[in-house]
Amino acid sequence: MKIVSWRHKDLLGIEGLTKEEIELIIETTSNMKEILKRTIKKVPTLRGKTICILFYEPSTRTRSSFELAAKYLSADTISIATSVSSVQKGESLLDTVKTLEAMGIDALIIRHSSSGVANFLAKKLSCSVINAGDGMHEHPTQALLDVYTVYEKKRRIDGMKITIVGDIMHSRVARSNIYVWKTVGSNVTVCGPSTLIPPGIENLGVKVEYNIDKALEDSDIIYVLRLQLERQKKSLFPSLREYHYLFGITEDRVKKAKKDVLIMHPGPMNRGVEISSEVADSSQSVINEQVTNGVAVRMALLYLLLGGGKLE
Amino acid sequence: MIYQEKAKILDKEGIRRALRRVAHEIIERNKGIENIVLVGIRRRGVPLAYRLQKYLKEIEGKEVPVGSLDITLYRDDLNLRLDQPKVGKTEIDFSIEDKDVILVDDVLYTGRTVRSALDALMDLGRPKTVQLVVLIDRGHRELPIRADYVGKNVPTSKKELIEVRLEEIDGIDEVVITEWRDE
Repeated sequence: MKIVSWRHKDLLGIEGLTKEEIELIIETTSNMKEILKRTIKKVPTLRGKTICILFYEPSTRTRSSFELAAKYLSADTISIATSVSSVQKGESLLDTVKTLEAMGIDALIIRHSSSGVANFLAKKLSCSVINAGDGMHEHPTQALLDVYTVYEKKRRIDGMKITIVGDIMHSRVARSNIYVWKTVGSNVTVCGPSTLIPPGIENLGVKVEYNIDKALEDSDIIYVLRLQLERQKKSLFPSLREYHYLFGITEDRVKKAKKDVLIMHPGPMNRGVEISSEVADSSQSVINEQVTNGVAVRMALLYLLLGGGKLE
Repeated sequence: MIYQEKAKILDKEGIRRALRRVAHEIIERNKGIENIVLVGIRRRGVPLAYRLQKYLKEIEGKEVPVGSLDITLYRDDLNLRLDQPKVGKTEIDFSIEDKDVILVDDVLYTGRTVRSALDALMDLGRPKTVQLVVLIDRGHRELPIRADYVGKNVPTSKKELIEVRLEEIDGIDEVVITEWRDE
């Protein structure tokens, strides 16, 4: 067995992680999961570390998941909602985080609507920076919890066919998932309305298929993306009804995939738009497991980033 | 610096005899094994715990449960180390509530591993007693901790290393003293 150790100050994206590092995260996650099953869900590992959660965009699951992960590891957390902070007084992003760093935080977990914000801050700060979603760029912890969920169900992550359906263009979840699956040796097909498939996406090593029924054939995983109504500045498809008719994942369409296909969705779902309620609640759906695993994956990452000596 | 093996302290037979004696002592002290559970500290405490389970069964005819405990998340030296220890699996599929927990490790040295293991154990429940088995006690404690059952006491200097090798992990049963020495 190859011994790998974690050598990064930050987690900014999946791009740049090696297969071995992803496997280390999976192994650490599976051992963290045991803690979630205990009556007393707390270990003292990150006692005395302070983690700041700064979200410039709304979020329920990612934010609470990070907060719980930090608390289960005994770190102290401060969670800042930008709507009631000095951001409203016009303080710049860099000034805000520099202020937080001056208070002595060990890690900053950031979500922002602009792509590249996490990378920019990582260069300016000496504390660890974790990207919790930046614009249309990456959402690494989501992709890692997805790959872990598949590992837990299938005991493998390579040699599979993952079909990502929906708004590929605006989706950082899609981008991080493409990177993660390509790195671990699986194949990715993307499918959606041509207006929502960015030109040149083939360069990431994925197959583009505009016909949903063809795309789903032989899939091991159907990854349904949320139609991001808030990011749709101009109308890129005629109506939600038509979208559902052409690309919505229904029971009939699931039958095109492999029998043991897993249905995944990063949440929050628009039921009846990108996914039918029957599929979302079916036995093949692992959408709830994804949420549980999110906490364990984030515990693993906080341990890997903060639990250990400082790198020189 | 050269690394050299100085002496073999226990061979396969020696380990077997020591553990069998410890098994007898456990039974004697606890007046049976009704309330006993074994918990091995990862990694080498785990195969030792399974061996004790086997000996206890040979003597008393009853199988006691065995679990494994990973203490990585409870270490007190995480901030001091340059390398980061991997988190292992804790698998204790039975309740330790009100049980006599026999904690098993290969070597007792500073006592810090046992301190971590006690904290980890208490997070899982409230045992009636916790008793400690070690195959080798090499001295140099940094905390007020002692073993209840010792396979062999081995006085050592701090420069020396004790290496416990077990068939289940290392392919051979032996305990040796090694040392790093200036050339």
